[in-house]
Amino acid sequence: MKYTLTLAAALTATTALADTPVLTVYAGDYFTSEWGPGPIIEAEFEKICDCDLEWSTGDLLPRLLLEGERTKADVVIGLTSDVTARARATDLFAPHGQDNSALTLPIDWTDDTFLPFNYGHTAFIYNETLMDAPPASFDDLLALPDDVKLVIQDPRTSISGLALVLWVQAVYGDRSAEVWEALSDNILTVTKDWSASYGLFTDGEADMVLSYTTSPAYHMFAEEDFTKKAAIFPEGHYFMVETVAKIAGTDQPELADRFLAYVMSRDFQTIIPTANWSLPSALPQADWPEGWSQLPLPEKVLFYSETEAADLQASAIETWRAALSQ
Amino acid sequence: MARSAQPVSATPGIVAAIVIVAAVLAAFLAIGSRVEGTTGLRAAEWQAVRFTLVQAFFSALISVLLAVPVARALARRRVPGHALLVTLLGAPFILPVIVAVMGLLAIFGRNGWLNVGLGAVGLPEVSIYGAHGVVLAHVFFNMPLATRLILQGWQAIPAEQFRLTAQLGLRSGAVFRALEWPMLRQVVPGAFALIFVICLTSFAVALTLGGGPRATTIELAIFQAFRFDFDLGRAAVLSLLQLAVAGGAALIALWVLPPMVVQRGQDRLPQRWDARGVGLRVLDAVWITFAAGFLLLPLASVVIAGLGGILDMPAVVWRSAWTSIWVAALSTVVLVALALPLTAWLAQVRNGGLEGVTLLGLAASPLMLGTGWFILIFPFVNPASLALPITASVNALMALPFAVRILLPPMRQVMTDYGRLSAGLGLRGWPFWRIVLLPRLRPALGFAAGLAAALSVGDLGVVALFADPDVATLPLQMYRLLGSYRTDAAAGAALLLLALALAMFWICDTWGRRRDPG
Repeated sequence: MKYTLTLAAALTATTALADTPVLTVYAGDYFTSEWGPGPIIEAEFEKICDCDLEWSTGDLLPRLLLEGERTKADVVIGLTSDVTARARATDLFAPHGQDNSALTLPIDWTDDTFLPFNYGHTAFIYNETLMDAPPASFDDLLALPDDVKLVIQDPRTSISGLALVLWVQAVYGDRSAEVWEALSDNILTVTKDWSASYGLFTDGEADMVLSYTTSPAYHMFAEEDFTKKAAIFPEGHYFMVETVAKIAGTDQPELADRFLAYVMSRDFQTIIPTANWSLPSALPQADWPEGWSQLPLPEKVLFYSETEAADLQASAIETWRAALSQ
Repeated sequence: MARSAQPVSATPGIVAAIVIVAAVLAAFLAIGSRVEGTTGLRAAEWQAVRFTLVQAFFSALISVLLAVPVARALARRRVPGHALLVTLLGAPFILPVIVAVMGLLAIFGRNGWLNVGLGAVGLPEVSIYGAHGVVLAHVFFNMPLATRLILQGWQAIPAEQFRLTAQLGLRSGAVFRALEWPMLRQVVPGAFALIFVICLTSFAVALTLGGGPRATTIELAIFQAFRFDFDLGRAAVLSLLQLAVAGGAALIALWVLPPMVVQRGQDRLPQRWDARGVGLRVLDAVWITFAAGFLLLPLASVVIAGLGGILDMPAVVWRSAWTSIWVAALSTVVLVALALPLTAWLAQVRNGGLEGVTLLGLAASPLMLGTGWFILIFPFVNPASLALPITASVNALMALPFAVRILLPPMRQVMTDYGRLSAGLGLRGWPFWRIVLLPRLRPALGFAAGLAAALSVGDLGVVALFADPDVATLPLQMYRLLGSYRTDAAAGAALLLLALALAMFWICDTWGRRRDPG
């Protein structure tokens, strides 16, 4: 008992010494690594907030669901649109308080809880020096000869894989099963996550990989490699977005609001492209960093709202599994 | 006075067994306490159960079948660099899955050395993707383990017995029936069971090389339930199913283990007069060459791919290498603390099925253990602050069945040979451990500790569940590099991981095999 009291006193003393307020932000694991967007966001925000931004990483939604009301998060960054319905149902989140009309997304965003901070689209990436006739449409993709190999991600374990089955659903609807059967001869393998797929592609195992329209930007700007291209299809591309949200029970509500305001600021938005290799959510195209506006992007964007996606998800995954299991 | 026949107390072993059962049970109960109804198993999950069983059966069967001739060749030949070869042949088993897949693809992939070679002589391409790819990868991982276990069996046959068969003029076939076959009947079922269980619980390989949803495993379904659907109820049901399947299979295999008949020679290296014929020499050479090619070429490709990236690695990768060494050392200490008393207890009981306890940690999904412990710990401390000790403990649990499998045969032998004598002399407890047991267990202990250390270095483990942004193990750092397009640096990290795992294994194994100078 005595020991417990001493320990408690020591802890209180430490807290009193550290009078700088701490903003705890939960993020995905990749986000805060040295080569992710976390460090620069932290450095820039700490310049203006007079606070200490602390990252805490892990699987966002599973962790929040496990922690519930007792969560230590003030802000959560990185929730994707396929999990927002589930996250919303926890009642852990407060309105973001930012002006959605400042967003520059290719779709209309009206959610007052989850605030987009970047976006991209699903796309198949190829190496133009190795592929003479890349598919010019989704229909072309289905008609590829069998020796052209694609590598995709599992929709049951990967967000981009899930976006792919929803993409097929959005383009082909009831014909999805036929589409997957047509593609099955071209699919080299299905990986658990995006990194394994992309590694197979860069190692030359596969001709095309399911990734994002922004993937070529990494090769262009970080490696000066201009051979990687996204195949743009007139049928449209599935829209993928990452959001930031404020925890209702936060003990730092003002700091959390300032962080959300910072996310919408020009400073943050101009960091996003090269720090996260994705498109900024609230920055007109004309203001994108040098070279980014030349990135080929789809004219048509497909997207299911979280309720539509929740209704379609199970059947779309089962259609995919059944067709590829034959 | 009945207890006087046992020189070592069973209590510490029973305590260790209780700790293991409690650790697994606590995780289950924690998850059970958070279940909010579940949807039951779907068709896809039954498909996963079927595939899991079939691939694990073939993986274990092929691994053991190939390991027998390789182990026999290694047991009766001394090739140049024999010790180094034996160590290197063990390497695939301790490789992180992701590194091993890189290596296998460099050889067997569409752009791999094999297909480039086939293409050069006009032969059609061979595809590694599909169920056979999963089995190939599992054989690559587990044949080394099977070889080592079986090789130990061969080395446990006293040299005097081979001399006796030579004096009797027995030919190779008769020596096989008289000495080698009885040994194989003891060692092979255990090796098969162990590999079967490993293959039941591994899923990263299945997904990358499996070619699609036909090849998915229970472990994948558990991953999906935990991390994607967040259906703790289904995750718990699937974890139980995996535990039942893996545990049941292991128990059956342990049941069929024939009783040990042990004799003691004078600890000499066997001379194999029966294996001097040219035909047998060529045969052994072929098997050793096959094993070396199959196991070492993928490793060589990892080294070649990594050399370019190793200078490209950010400094933080070196820091996480240090973290990994620390985790591995802790994991090895935990392992030895559990394995030694447990094995001593198991060596003194007749019920072989009790060894199944050691498989609990491996058969239970690491994801299940990690999530359960997270639920338990979170109300009291920040789980991130315990990320490394927990990862080390889970890694120790994973390595435990291997350690016990390795330690148990020599332990039984020492107990049989010296148990009654020592007890009669009043030598029991710690002095018995120090004077009789540990010196004779040293090679097995070094091997087991090396295995645990290397497995811990290579395993992603549960650290990802608890990760702290500033503290990462090397495998986690490698995944982060891969997730940020940094494939060259990731190849460098893979090489570092390979070097680290091999070095830790080599240090422990060499310690074990060095004859005591004193």
